[in-house]
Amino acid sequence: MSAEDDARKGKGTVFVRVEVCKGCSFCIDFCPSHALEFSREFNPKGYHFPVLGRAEDCTGCDLCGLYCPDFAIFGARWKDLDEKRQAASTPTQP
Amino acid sequence: MSESLDLHLASVETSLDNPVLPFLRQDRIPHIWCPGCGIGTSVNCFCRALSDSGLDLDKVAIVSGIGCTGRTAGYLNLDSFHTTHGRAIPFATGLKLSNPELNVVVYSGDGDLFAIGGNHFFHAARRNMDILVICVNNFTYGMTGGQVAPTTPVGPTQTTMPYGNFENPFNLPFIADACGATYVSRWTIYHVRQLAKAMKEALGKKGFRFIEVMSPCPTLYSRRNRLGDGVDQVKYYKEKSVIKNGVDTKEVGLGYQGEIVVGKFVDRERPTWLESMNAHYSHHFGDAFQPYGVKNGQD
Amino acid sequence: MKADPKGVLTGVHFMDGDHAACEGALAAGCRFVAGYPITPSTEIVERFAARIPKVGGVFIQMEDELAASIAIQGGVWGGQKVMSVTSGPGLSLMMEHLGYAAMTETPSVWVDVQRGGPSTGLPTLPAQADMMQIKWGSHGDYEIIALSPNSPQECFDLMIKAFNLSEEYRCPVFLMMDEVVGHMTERVNIPSADQIDVTERKWTKKKPGEYKAFATTPEDLVPEMVKAGDGYRIHVTGLTHDERGYPAMDVPNQAKLIPRLLNKIRNNVHKLVDVRMDGCEDADVIVMSFGITSRVATAAIDAARAKGLKVGHLRLIICWPFPVALIQQLARTAKAFVVPELNMGQMVLEVRKALADVDRKVKVISVPHPGGTVHDPETILEQILEAAR
Ligand SMILES: Cc1ncc(C[n+]2csc(CCOP(=O)(O)OP(=O)(O)O)c2C)c(N)n1
Ligand code: SF4
Ligand code: SF4
Ligand code: SF4
Ligand SMILES: [Mg+2]
Repeated sequence: MSAEDDARKGKGTVFVRVEVCKGCSFCIDFCPSHALEFSREFNPKGYHFPVLGRAEDCTGCDLCGLYCPDFAIFGARWKDLDEKRQAASTPTQP
Repeated sequence: MSESLDLHLASVETSLDNPVLPFLRQDRIPHIWCPGCGIGTSVNCFCRALSDSGLDLDKVAIVSGIGCTGRTAGYLNLDSFHTTHGRAIPFATGLKLSNPELNVVVYSGDGDLFAIGGNHFFHAARRNMDILVICVNNFTYGMTGGQVAPTTPVGPTQTTMPYGNFENPFNLPFIADACGATYVSRWTIYHVRQLAKAMKEALGKKGFRFIEVMSPCPTLYSRRNRLGDGVDQVKYYKEKSVIKNGVDTKEVGLGYQGEIVVGKFVDRERPTWLESMNAHYSHHFGDAFQPYGVKNGQD
Repeated sequence: MKADPKGVLTGVHFMDGDHAACEGALAAGCRFVAGYPITPSTEIVERFAARIPKVGGVFIQMEDELAASIAIQGGVWGGQKVMSVTSGPGLSLMMEHLGYAAMTETPSVWVDVQRGGPSTGLPTLPAQADMMQIKWGSHGDYEIIALSPNSPQECFDLMIKAFNLSEEYRCPVFLMMDEVVGHMTERVNIPSADQIDVTERKWTKKKPGEYKAFATTPEDLVPEMVKAGDGYRIHVTGLTHDERGYPAMDVPNQAKLIPRLLNKIRNNVHKLVDVRMDGCEDADVIVMSFGITSRVATAAIDAARAKGLKVGHLRLIICWPFPVALIQQLARTAKAFVVPELNMGQMVLEVRKALADVDRKVKVISVPHPGGTVHDPETILEQILEAAR
């Protein structure tokens, strides 16, 4: 099972630019579903960063994305992501 | 290694899709703001507001003064002006009047806008200059190392109030209201959705519009006063905020770690400075006056 | 480019220097003025406020000179030609924004109708005591250009020149008037628009993406310009910046930027010499003057010549940059310089500095005056006689 299939337990997921996170924990503390937690690992700057510890609880609401002062995380619904990917893989006529 | 770590590592490339990145000068990120500083969150909300506003971003300009918040102009992918300490509003006034098709936003700190720049704020609001002013209020002078600000509540220690502040702070929405602003709201960076919505709404309105954004400065305000990190301040905002739309701005002054009234307080129509000038001169000069900044064939 | 006829009040007029200066600005294409009233400069903005509605533009009276001097710069980046006008204490308030204009290369005209100082000093009486302040008053190293009219006609003519130079060099340009020139009424001849050359802003032809807001070439140290709203998404800052205009606060960028800001003017000092010379070729004594003092000096020079002395008159039209090479060349033959000015000895320092590199011994006599009125020609004459001795 790929990481993505595993994560599909919930309605949405998050994307994290690990290297720009400053570990402020806004996303973790204010995720309405409490789906995020800190990594045990450090990023290159020495901060713990958010990981989707309870993927099944993520709704893809992107509130984490709004809270992030460093533009390091954002959330999305699988439904929207699938539509986007579909659109990207279907060649469009100019 | 947990699978979730796999996921975020696997997703690094897709993360470029972060919806706010097109609104930022990506060649200038990462920004200088400290971990847990709320300025970035406010900018994040502003990017969402730009995105939702449907505005032509080539016609949106941002002007900042000096300070941590003053660096905002430099990170936004707009025509952007980082001016002098306290003078963002008069610069914005000149920009707007010389190129009225621009939607001009001033984004600056509490010290910048209300100490050294206070006089300009009063007069731009009085004139109903057509600009949106966003003030990130972190109750301190961040950039210079945590000195007392005109917004610092009575009580906390600041480097130039080493035994605690004893000066009375300003109530910013009350000032804006009293000076004639057409739109006044206050949110904290806990209220990200409401803040983004308020910014979008204000971007779409005319006249002198003001949004106060309460935001933590963990480095120089909260930690020094044993109030914890940025996230602890945001938790305080969450616990002590009450939404009171339309409340009298006299009632929304802030005490030290006390109740925070948030919401939209003022929303009214008044002719802008340029509208007043055009109306007045059209009346005075008749057809000899060509309204300024109005494209032919439009009103 | 020729002047826009809408702003040109062609004809022969009888007006004072303040009014003529305003007409010069309108003729030069100035369409945005932010001001704050202060004697003896107020008439300039009063006239602009009265004239601009029908010309098409904006006047706004700001809340102070700090606001006025930065509002005009917003006006430039919005696309207009701009001016601010002040005197004495107002000039002191503008100093921070003078530096901002120099640092951000914002073409702008600054009018100082000089009055007696320091502080509130002599609000209604003349002086020429701000000459060093405009050159050195903002912090850091910068260069400006300054012109000094001695009549209402020159207030008009030199105002146009000030606008044109500010566009050519993208720097603050001062029109250094004084209370007497501002308030004296004389004949002013305003030519037709097609007789007036105006310099257009140095608009770039590059497209967004290829354009870098502060990039220059070794041959041309003045960057091309755009305005807000044209899709270039520029960034402008008073911080030390790189070619993109992005903050770059380090030694290499400072070492690149500051010399360029100075050299775009210093390398062109020879082009920027503008003086009126009368009888300097074979003079023993040269009187160097500028602005209103030049008119008094003429009387003293005539009196000295009547006594058989060989006296030349060097009048500075452009005071900054100072014409060092010209002074040194004149010092090859002249024995002495006499420098009357309505201050306690400012521009005379530049003459002394220029002569420090000259082998011959040349006398320099300062004729200071604390301001409030012009020199008595007798005082200048005495010093000419002293110099000739
Ligand atoms: C004329 C002038 N005086 C003082 C300063 C120093 N200074 C820089 S930022 C600042 C205060 C900024 O406070 P605020 O506007 O609240 O911004 P913050 O850093 O808190 O976001 C001061 C005093 C300056 N740059 N210019
Ligand atoms: S997208 Fe929403 S639910 Fe998912 S982690 Fe972010 S805040 Fe939590
Ligand atoms: S909000 Fe952003 S910076 Fe803070 S911990 Fe989450 S991802 Fe990191
Ligand atoms: S000093 Fe304070 S306001 Fe400035 S970046 Fe750091 S946390 Fe933010
Ligand atoms: Mg502050």
